[in-house]
Amino acid sequence: MEYEAFRQFADSWGLLYLVIVFLGVIVMVFLPGAKEKAQNAANIPLRDDTPLDGGPE
Amino acid sequence: MRNIGGTLVVGLGTFIAVLLAAFAQDNAFRLHMSVVALVLGLATIYMLRQIKFGPAPVEDKSGYMDGPIRVGSILTMFWGIIGFTVGVLIASQMAWPQLNLEPFLTFGRVRPLHTSAVVFAFGGTALITTSMYVVQRTSRARLFGGNLAWFVMWGYQLFIVMAATGYLLGITQSREYAEPEWYVDIWLTIVWVAYLVLFMGTLMKRKEPHIYVANWFYLAFIVTIAMLHIVNNLAMPVSFLGSKSYSLFAGVQDALTQWWYGHNAVGFFLTAGFLGMMYYFLPKQAERPVYSYRLSIIHFWALIFLYIWAGPHHLLYTALPDWAQTLGMVFSIMLWMPSWGGMINGLMTLSGAWDKMRSDPIIRMMVISVAFYGMSTFEGPVMAIKAVNGLSHYTDWTIGHVHSGALGWVGMISFGALYFMVPRLWNRSGLYSQRMVNWHFWLATLGIVIYASVMWVSGITQGLMWREYDAQGFLVYSFAETVAAMKPYYIIRVLGGSLYLIGGLIMAYNLTMTILGHRRDERPIPGNVAANVQPAE
Repeated sequence: MEYEAFRQFADSWGLLYLVIVFLGVIVMVFLPGAKEKAQNAANIPLRDDTPLDGGPE
Repeated sequence: MRNIGGTLVVGLGTFIAVLLAAFAQDNAFRLHMSVVALVLGLATIYMLRQIKFGPAPVEDKSGYMDGPIRVGSILTMFWGIIGFTVGVLIASQMAWPQLNLEPFLTFGRVRPLHTSAVVFAFGGTALITTSMYVVQRTSRARLFGGNLAWFVMWGYQLFIVMAATGYLLGITQSREYAEPEWYVDIWLTIVWVAYLVLFMGTLMKRKEPHIYVANWFYLAFIVTIAMLHIVNNLAMPVSFLGSKSYSLFAGVQDALTQWWYGHNAVGFFLTAGFLGMMYYFLPKQAERPVYSYRLSIIHFWALIFLYIWAGPHHLLYTALPDWAQTLGMVFSIMLWMPSWGGMINGLMTLSGAWDKMRSDPIIRMMVISVAFYGMSTFEGPVMAIKAVNGLSHYTDWTIGHVHSGALGWVGMISFGALYFMVPRLWNRSGLYSQRMVNWHFWLATLGIVIYASVMWVSGITQGLMWREYDAQGFLVYSFAETVAAMKPYYIIRVLGGSLYLIGGLIMAYNLTMTILGHRRDERPIPGNVAANVQPAE
């Protein structure tokens, strides 16, 4: 692919693709129900408790 | 029979290294391969002595695989001390040039040894170690691929040894933070692909449906470093078994490729990877979930999308096209948003539990680390503004900036993670001493503050002296005069670095005693519950 064609693809469709993905992420984060899912995910490290004097699980 | 496969592989590696040394095209390559043969030979002898005949004991494969993580924790500690010591040495060389001991210990050779020792040896080993710890515990799955984790851990160490010995022998391709020559780069590529397979494989067999955000940051670090490493090191060796190669790119393209790599090494090695560390160890030590998980998702994607464009700010006022310089500057400034979003998310995790700052020195260490993350990611975009860069570029201000990020953010969060992991990995009831953590905290913080502030003064002095013109349009100061003006600051910098090193030595002692199972008889820190034995559930 020629440099010019490659570059034009990158700064048109490539740029559009990245912007849509990024905006999509922001929309998904604010969808209804996302808060509960996020709170659940935030607790993942805390559910796995390796106590100080015990081995794994 | 146990350990036989690994021993064979290392033995074969020794043989290949001997062959490479024998057929070497130049003396540097021969010496370098001899070093590799020596290291691998000693490893083979050690491993041969470990082989046990007789029935192998049944190994429990249901739990987490912590062997490589234990080794990695000790190695992180070890490389930290080496890296800080070499840092104090080169800082002293700047103040007292007679410390340049030719030929091996001149500043030009030891400086990349310092940067690679702290970034790749200390930081890289910390990242690999903690990523193995975190991915297992947030996926609730054992590491993928059996002994693959051992290969990744020791293979990476071999890369470090090759890089470090190469610098001292004078083998370098002169690309900043990517000094190792082509054959060392190929070895790192192999290890890195194995690392990616290890990490992805573990994620794929996870029992937790959701992939916790720390793993996203670790994965971004692994994937991006693979891409950066390969593209930046595209080069043609002069001879098949020689130590010299030439870059595939030329001129300004070469410079931009280098700084695209260089800045994203900062963005994805020293930031994304360590953010993964923050998002796991800070909530664990604080015993509360991260302030906003949704903010962490936006933090992640904004960081990923923006960081990759910031590299050109290293090439302001050079032959790089103007639009590319402006692009680099604008994206650097936009990076304020994800950086500060991440910092706020980390700090606010403690909201409602700020009292832990007073009672838990490990929390204090993690919080100061996040604070330094905020400060250095504020300073960085300011320095990327063209007008500011005109003053700051090539001066000690840059060095100060790098160290507030590296000593403050990267160092402190790694120390916090080590203090968290070590007692758990060796099944100890707690650290040897909480008060020594406190000493480490204050020595390191004081060291960074001295280092960064003295470099501000020296950097701005330097920048102003360089561009001081008199009425006739002549430069007022010769270069040698600016060097002489720096001397007191360089001496004070040695002091700052030494304090940081002493803190690191205290940590090494504390963690060693913890591993050996001792407990220091000391007055407990008021309100500190983490220090006391917690009964197993």
